[in-house]
Amino acid sequence: MPKDGGIGASTKRREDVRFLTGTGRYTDDINLPGQAYVHFVRSDVAHGRIRSIDPSTAEGMPGVLKVFTSKDFEAAGGIPCGWQITSRDGSVMQEPKHPILAEGVVRHVGDPIAAIVADSHDQARDAAEALEIDIEELPAVMNMRDALKDGATQVHDTLDGNLCFDWGFVEENCEAVDKAISEAAHVTTLELVNNRLIANPMEPRVAIGAYDMAADSHTLYTTSQNPHVIRLLMGAFVLNIPEHKLRVVAPDVGGGFGSKIYHYAEEAFCTYAAKVLRRPVKWTSSRSEAFMSDAHGRDHVTKIELALDAEHNFTALRTQTHANMGAYLSTFAPAVPTWLHGTLMAGNYKTPLVYVNVKAVFTNTVPVDAYRGAGRPEATFQLERVVDKAARELGIDPAELRRKNFITEFPYATPVAVEYDTGDYNATLDKVLEISDWAGFDARLEESRAQGKLRGIGLAHYIEACGIAPSNLVGQLGARAGLFESATVRVNATGGITVMTGSHSHGQGHATTFAQVVADMIGIDASQVEISHGDTANTPMGMGTYGSRSIAVGGSAMVKATEKIIAKARKIAAHMLEASADDIELKDGAFTVAGTDKSLNWGDVTLAAYVPHNYPLDEIEPGLEETAFYDPANFTFPSGAYVCEVEIDPETGKVEVQGFAAADDFGNVINPMIVEGQVQGGLAQGIGQALLEACAYDADGQLLSASYMDYAMPRAYDFPMFKVDSSCQTPCTHNPLGVKGCGEAGAIGSPPAVVNAVIDALHRAGHKIPHIDMPMTPNRVWSAIYGGAGPDKDGETMEERSVGA
Amino acid sequence: MTKVTMNVNGRSRSGEVEGRTLLVQFLRETLSLTGTHVGCDTSQCGACVVQVDGQAVKSCTMLALEADGAEVTTIEGMANADGSLGVIQQAFQDYHGLQCGFCTPGMVMSAKALLAENPAPSEEEVREYLEGNICRCTGYHNIVKAIMAASGQQVEPVAAE
Repeated sequence: MPKDGGIGASTKRREDVRFLTGTGRYTDDINLPGQAYVHFVRSDVAHGRIRSIDPSTAEGMPGVLKVFTSKDFEAAGGIPCGWQITSRDGSVMQEPKHPILAEGVVRHVGDPIAAIVADSHDQARDAAEALEIDIEELPAVMNMRDALKDGATQVHDTLDGNLCFDWGFVEENCEAVDKAISEAAHVTTLELVNNRLIANPMEPRVAIGAYDMAADSHTLYTTSQNPHVIRLLMGAFVLNIPEHKLRVVAPDVGGGFGSKIYHYAEEAFCTYAAKVLRRPVKWTSSRSEAFMSDAHGRDHVTKIELALDAEHNFTALRTQTHANMGAYLSTFAPAVPTWLHGTLMAGNYKTPLVYVNVKAVFTNTVPVDAYRGAGRPEATFQLERVVDKAARELGIDPAELRRKNFITEFPYATPVAVEYDTGDYNATLDKVLEISDWAGFDARLEESRAQGKLRGIGLAHYIEACGIAPSNLVGQLGARAGLFESATVRVNATGGITVMTGSHSHGQGHATTFAQVVADMIGIDASQVEISHGDTANTPMGMGTYGSRSIAVGGSAMVKATEKIIAKARKIAAHMLEASADDIELKDGAFTVAGTDKSLNWGDVTLAAYVPHNYPLDEIEPGLEETAFYDPANFTFPSGAYVCEVEIDPETGKVEVQGFAAADDFGNVINPMIVEGQVQGGLAQGIGQALLEACAYDADGQLLSASYMDYAMPRAYDFPMFKVDSSCQTPCTHNPLGVKGCGEAGAIGSPPAVVNAVIDALHRAGHKIPHIDMPMTPNRVWSAIYGGAGPDKDGETMEERSVGA
Repeated sequence: MTKVTMNVNGRSRSGEVEGRTLLVQFLRETLSLTGTHVGCDTSQCGACVVQVDGQAVKSCTMLALEADGAEVTTIEGMANADGSLGVIQQAFQDYHGLQCGFCTPGMVMSAKALLAENPAPSEEEVREYLEGNICRCTGYHNIVKAIMAASGQQVEPVAAE
């Protein structure tokens, strides 16, 4: 049994108390003396040339301080992209400038044109109504295939066409893959869309810029997952402010799911405008603004081919994907369809030959970047769909086809350049079949049939690469940043500890889990450990939280720093106990000379570090504070098996999830309660993608799903109780905690499980439908069953609805 | 500007508001009660739910002037007199019914209204009742459990292993 409050305990979250009593401190809860408010005037057309902006009327409105346009930012850089991809032909990706405010051309609905700062938000908004902007509307390019045609409208006329890059991976495999597919006993082919989504954390983005004239220093409060990254990107590339003159604070942040990783124009604007106006400047996004200014996610169109031999061994896999970048390159955008996608295409299988081609395309849409899972859901979805389709075509049980092709020996080097350290895919498969009561499906099928309903069951596996990432490796792959993590462990004189971490918590509960780890290592109560994060002024340079990296990378940095603390404390204890440091044991918060009853408490030693009267000053410095930077040796590879069970009403096409079971292998688990919560939340987002959510544009580039009236956010009644299990544990071999990360798994493994279940239900009812694209709305399912337009007679096909198709 | 007075969490509070000022703006900006959140602008998300004269209300759908003279309870008024968590709040912590915490005040306020009208709701009734409250973190699983536990019903413990 785990120690109370230590590693493995479901410790209740300490951060809950402030959130439950209304005393959390989110960015919008911060108000600075004398602050002004900015309202951004955004493009209402997808593509257009700005003929003129006349601010005179708006500037005369009550309370207005200044109307900003791109002319005010001539000395500033564009919003930078953090990753450079090299195309198959050796050329580097095309990288257009992303200005803070549009420079002569608007390229998507929501592109900011001007910014009005006033004494109150209402005054700024009122003045926006009076701002005269003359825009010549240009044709918009919305569809990726159209965008790549000769003569297509160019999103950026400074570029050569709309192709950002054409990436092949592993290029050396290309011919061998083609040959294996042409010679295969069976090839299963599937074309599919990974629907564009909007992350929709419940807290909209907020930024407050402040400038201290006396110190010539800036502070930015922002809703960020990685304040240090924002400080570096904005300071070095956009506003030319050295880091020591720029503090970035991300206090309580209300969810992120990727969308708050990136450096956004509004952050740079508020920081800059505060200096110009000598007043703090605050921006609070409305939800409507969030829909057209937060980076979107997914939006891939893929053709995948899986080759099998006569014994049903997978022999080769080939995928061709078009990935929508939107109108500009967001911070991580080029990495998502490439290194976070192509490297996972082997999945859980020992397919010897894999080739991935990705064409990234500019369109007149909001920039697309990482959303929970980022590339890995796209890889998993296509792979697990094609494997299921192959099983159906060959008349084999889908679980058995997977089992036959599972990787079973570790470490395993895939043909797509990564090495899985550990895993046990049969174990998670066995577990999920058990907890989903797979064997009892037939009885439930009969019950559904008796009610006039269709019923199906679907299985999906996943593998993901987390613990991002070894810096020297990602540097070779085009990353313009390191991906280490940091921690400072400060032990106070009376024994209490403050850990300052470069990771950032925006719902993950780091204040609780990180304290569990440090307390467990020393053997003190977790209440003795406080976690501090989110402020560049008091945390070491860190890369923040995304890609399920916090415990694997940030946690490892914290362990390394704590190990340094313990090593030094042992030396102090050895001196005080007049023994050799090698003979000092630390257990349950006490230092003991091995084999004796000579002992000192933790607090005795920490006090000595700061009151060094009896202290080895000739050997070690006073004080007890250590910092560690941890750069991982490899990615971590969480994996799992998911089963979804659905019921379909054939009268309406409505799909209801009746059961969902998840068996995950996250390696060691620090707090099972929090891990379960992460998986449950991920499942809801993945099921939401499969059944409900779609970011939709019309042909002219108007965003149709621009509010919660139009974008189908999952509600409580859309889900059953989930069955979540993380008891299959093959610890990571290369980080000190043996952990793998759990934040994204649910969103990665669930979409194919849901689609597989729906297709299964249809086949069992005699409807031989190979695939339905997500979201599987009642209309799409009904149309698939009966052909033609669905009951709402809107008559749109998937291709017409999808941005990317 | 017009003066409004209302009883908020047991105290009489007044302020000057414009005709267009929403109740949620009055609470957050005039009274600095920032526990009530704004997550959307179309009255769907429910992060701003408070109680007005005993009824659950989305405070973004009501003008501050309409609440003149009303009894208002916000998340800041939900703890026990000694500062400890109330029954619903405690159940949310015990059953991990929150992650980022942004939707939480609205969830707690809606749960209070639900349990007032239906002291022992079924799982389905809880899920239906929460139609007007969106959570993006939890998948609702533990919110439903927390509300049922707060009503005194047996639920599975967290992290059953």
